[in-house]
Amino acid sequence: MALKLDSKIPAGPLADKWSNHKAAIKVVSPANKRKLDIIVVGTGLGGASAAASLGELGYNVKVFCIQDSPRRAHSIAAQGGINAAKNYQNDNDSVYRLFYDTIKGGDYRSREANVYRLAEVSNLIIDQCVAQGVPFAREYGGLLANRSFGGAQVSRTFYARGQTGQQLLLGAYAALNKEIHNGTVKSYPRHEMLDLVIEQGEARGIIARNLVTGEIERFGAHAVVLATGGYGNVFFLSTNAMASNGSAAFQCYRKGAGFANPCFTQIHPTCIPVHGTQQSKLTLMSESLRNDGRIWVPKNIEDVKALRAGTKKPSDIAEEDRDYYLERRYPAFGNLVPRDVASRAAKERCDAGFGVNETGLAVFLDFKTAIARLGKEVIKQRYGNLFDMYKEITDTDPYEQPMQIFPAVHYTMGGIWVDYNLMTTIPGLYAIGEANFSDHGANRLGASALMQGLADGYFVLPYTIGDYLSHKIQAPKVKTDTVAFDEAEKAVRAKIEKLLSINGNQSVDDIHKRLGHIMWENVGMARTKESLTTAIKLIAELRKEFWKDVKVVGTADSFNVELEKAIRLADFLELGELMARDALNREESCGGHFRTEHQTEDGEADRDDENFVYAAVWEYKGMDNEPELNKEALNFEFVHPAKRNYKD
Amino acid sequence: MNFTLKIWRQKDAKSKGGFQQYKVTDISSDTSFLEMLDILNNSLVHEGKEPVAFDHDCREGICGMCSLHINGHAHGPEQGVTTCQIYMRQFPDNSTITVEPWRSTAFPVIKDLVVNRGAYDQILQAGGYVSVRTNSVPDGNAIPIPKADADESMDAAACVGCGACAATCKNGSAMLFVAARVSSLAKLPQGRVEGIRRAKAMVAKMDELGFGNCTNTGACAAECPKKISIAHIARLNREFLSAKLKD
Ligand SMILES: Cc1cc2nc3c(=O)[nH]c(=O)nc-3n(C[C@H](O)[C@H](O)[C@H](O)COP(=O)(O)OP(=O)(O)OC[C@H]3O[C@@H](n4cnc5c(N)ncnc54)[C@H](O)[C@@H]3O)c2cc1C
Ligand code: FES
Repeated sequence: MALKLDSKIPAGPLADKWSNHKAAIKVVSPANKRKLDIIVVGTGLGGASAAASLGELGYNVKVFCIQDSPRRAHSIAAQGGINAAKNYQNDNDSVYRLFYDTIKGGDYRSREANVYRLAEVSNLIIDQCVAQGVPFAREYGGLLANRSFGGAQVSRTFYARGQTGQQLLLGAYAALNKEIHNGTVKSYPRHEMLDLVIEQGEARGIIARNLVTGEIERFGAHAVVLATGGYGNVFFLSTNAMASNGSAAFQCYRKGAGFANPCFTQIHPTCIPVHGTQQSKLTLMSESLRNDGRIWVPKNIEDVKALRAGTKKPSDIAEEDRDYYLERRYPAFGNLVPRDVASRAAKERCDAGFGVNETGLAVFLDFKTAIARLGKEVIKQRYGNLFDMYKEITDTDPYEQPMQIFPAVHYTMGGIWVDYNLMTTIPGLYAIGEANFSDHGANRLGASALMQGLADGYFVLPYTIGDYLSHKIQAPKVKTDTVAFDEAEKAVRAKIEKLLSINGNQSVDDIHKRLGHIMWENVGMARTKESLTTAIKLIAELRKEFWKDVKVVGTADSFNVELEKAIRLADFLELGELMARDALNREESCGGHFRTEHQTEDGEADRDDENFVYAAVWEYKGMDNEPELNKEALNFEFVHPAKRNYKD
Repeated sequence: MNFTLKIWRQKDAKSKGGFQQYKVTDISSDTSFLEMLDILNNSLVHEGKEPVAFDHDCREGICGMCSLHINGHAHGPEQGVTTCQIYMRQFPDNSTITVEPWRSTAFPVIKDLVVNRGAYDQILQAGGYVSVRTNSVPDGNAIPIPKADADESMDAAACVGCGACAATCKNGSAMLFVAARVSSLAKLPQGRVEGIRRAKAMVAKMDELGFGNCTNTGACAAECPKKISIAHIARLNREFLSAKLKD
């Protein structure tokens, strides 16, 4: 059975679509809202803002997260900033320009209407956060300050030092606390969703595991909102927090939700290089550093050798012997090209042998010019905490010597397919934030994930969910003692028992590292038909090995981190394969998806607008069966997909 | 490098815990403290033993999840870092390292090194917010805020809610945590509107939850991984005093 992919994009001029749609959709009266239950899974920017706003409206909300407090969701780690089309800098920014940059940055693989709406509500987000007491950076005149991010020629990024995600999340968490205090929201920290429950084809609730006691609990609701973040940890090493996972999304995929563009992964250009085999995660150095930092490698291979041998320091290499390769290749955007372009350019130099550390997998990010121009104090003001962080980790002082950086897995543009209302292919199930696929196409611009999470949660979902719930006002409270709940719980228990009973020879981490290696080598920054076919085979084998040979110690009915990790890895072992299949199907290069077979003469991504202007939406057909491909055609009514040009 | 670890093991909240000794060998000096525990845990799993439970998530000093008492100090002897930001090069080779959970009656142990910090959430739920609804707000630039005030607000807002302050305080007081939130909002015009009500509600909740009194020893600020200044406690006291006077 093919998926029904009705994007529900409203008719009319681009700038009027959202207003028209809001006017057309149904609302629920306050008296009826009180009778309706909503489950929000996840407390990052998407989940926290949605749960708080839905609570304010009067719905009964239950909100879940894995961490011990909603405040610790992975969004907390975002550093650089959040975009909005305020035009406070008077540099000719506008809603249209933000829309255009985002569509172009995503390499014309996202929906015009969604992206336009995102740009349209971006300004409200800033107002909202300021009112909540988010201490954004200010100018001396007391007004809000901005910085620039990649893929834009205007300065539209709002920030709170290097801790923007933290401050925005604390704002959303405060709004959530207000509603918890008011009694509209109930919080369930240390609870992990393990399955979605469906009745009569509609989402009715979830099965969750209490991570402290191990109890399996049932929760019913009239709608379920998935705000569970991205799945970058399929690569084992990524900039994501350790508990970030793709399981909740994958459970919904198994139950019939379409999974769109799973191969669109963002590899971030500025991360601290890998240092050894025992490393557990990678640390991002914010993109904001590219405002003032210049990226280079030596021009001469002798200098590279001297650097690796330690006979030369970077500062010994003369200006004319440095290759500022981004400035050379992309004069118009220079160091501020989008992430996919910057990452591939670093890979190109390192592949050519110019990597500057022992592993050959690093380039320099240098602040020498900026320090000379602005003084050390200004640089410290702007990036002090990032410089400190770098020094702590690497034991080198970036005020004295350039940073060493290398690309790392960072963000997943792909995710659960949603329509314009953010509803998945399962009625009553919504997906917001990084968990959905909707706004970033094949590449996300910096500072727009925070924008999207908060747009979805504060300003889109609270309206669109009413349209569905207006049909539920007569519906009684969802009962959890039904056959559907029984079966879902039984399946969850059986899976846990199975995992605990295997008692093999490899730990969960052993196998996860091997999966990560397969993914990075074959489904990473450059993909080929051959590498992807290999990946599909290797992952299927590894998955079989996992189910025969994993060793999960501890019990089901206690606090058991190994079990939590095993459950997540079981899903990654299917998701990784799905990513490879999607990448294999997409015979073009676009954004973060680079197929070596499809490149221009000068090594740029070669997009195929004849054949691939669609979102690839996959439908589950069983663990060892090939999933079915469905296509949502992307219609460009207002912008013409042009070749991305960051050169002039 | 090689280390002997004395680690607190405790099956669950009800059981009595105790120290157990482990050896880890061949650890590279660039390994982080938590990666060292990963290595230990991986070998425990291979031996069929239960790994040591500890909290962590972001591993870059921002989520506030990691919470270990190392060699007698919250987040280890080094100042201004969280547990996940400690590297093995900071410990002498072949030394013995003692690892305990937070010790505070308000943070009961869940298992091994994992504690329940729900009390901090409850304090914030009592009033640690500005009561604005989604969408009923003025333009972001309608309220100019002097840069110095915004910066000071940000200094206080850097608190990660890890619990090191209460775990360090000999009275088990959560005053630095409460003060950081009160102060961060009090520095901004948006937050001032409910300033007094907020301070009163949060302090009352803190008392109700069994946190101790602040006697200004300053131990909390010394161990705070985000170097939150004790001056915020003075500001909280002022807010609180004016709240009392208005009663
Ligand atoms: C280091 C770093 C820096 C970044 N910097 C920026 C930046 O400067 N600007 C920008 O725009 N973007 C940035 N990003 C991206 C951005 O932070 C994320 O895309 C965004 O925060 C995701 O928010 P979210 O609400 O979708 O999900 P998350 O914040 O990831 O939250 C997921 C939530 O779901 C919960 N959850 C997951 N699975 C389950 C389950 N099964 N059961 C129950 N709960 C579950 C988790 O506990 C958590 O509460 C950065 C990302 C990283 C890694
Ligand atoms: S793990 Fe997040 S602060 Fe240490």
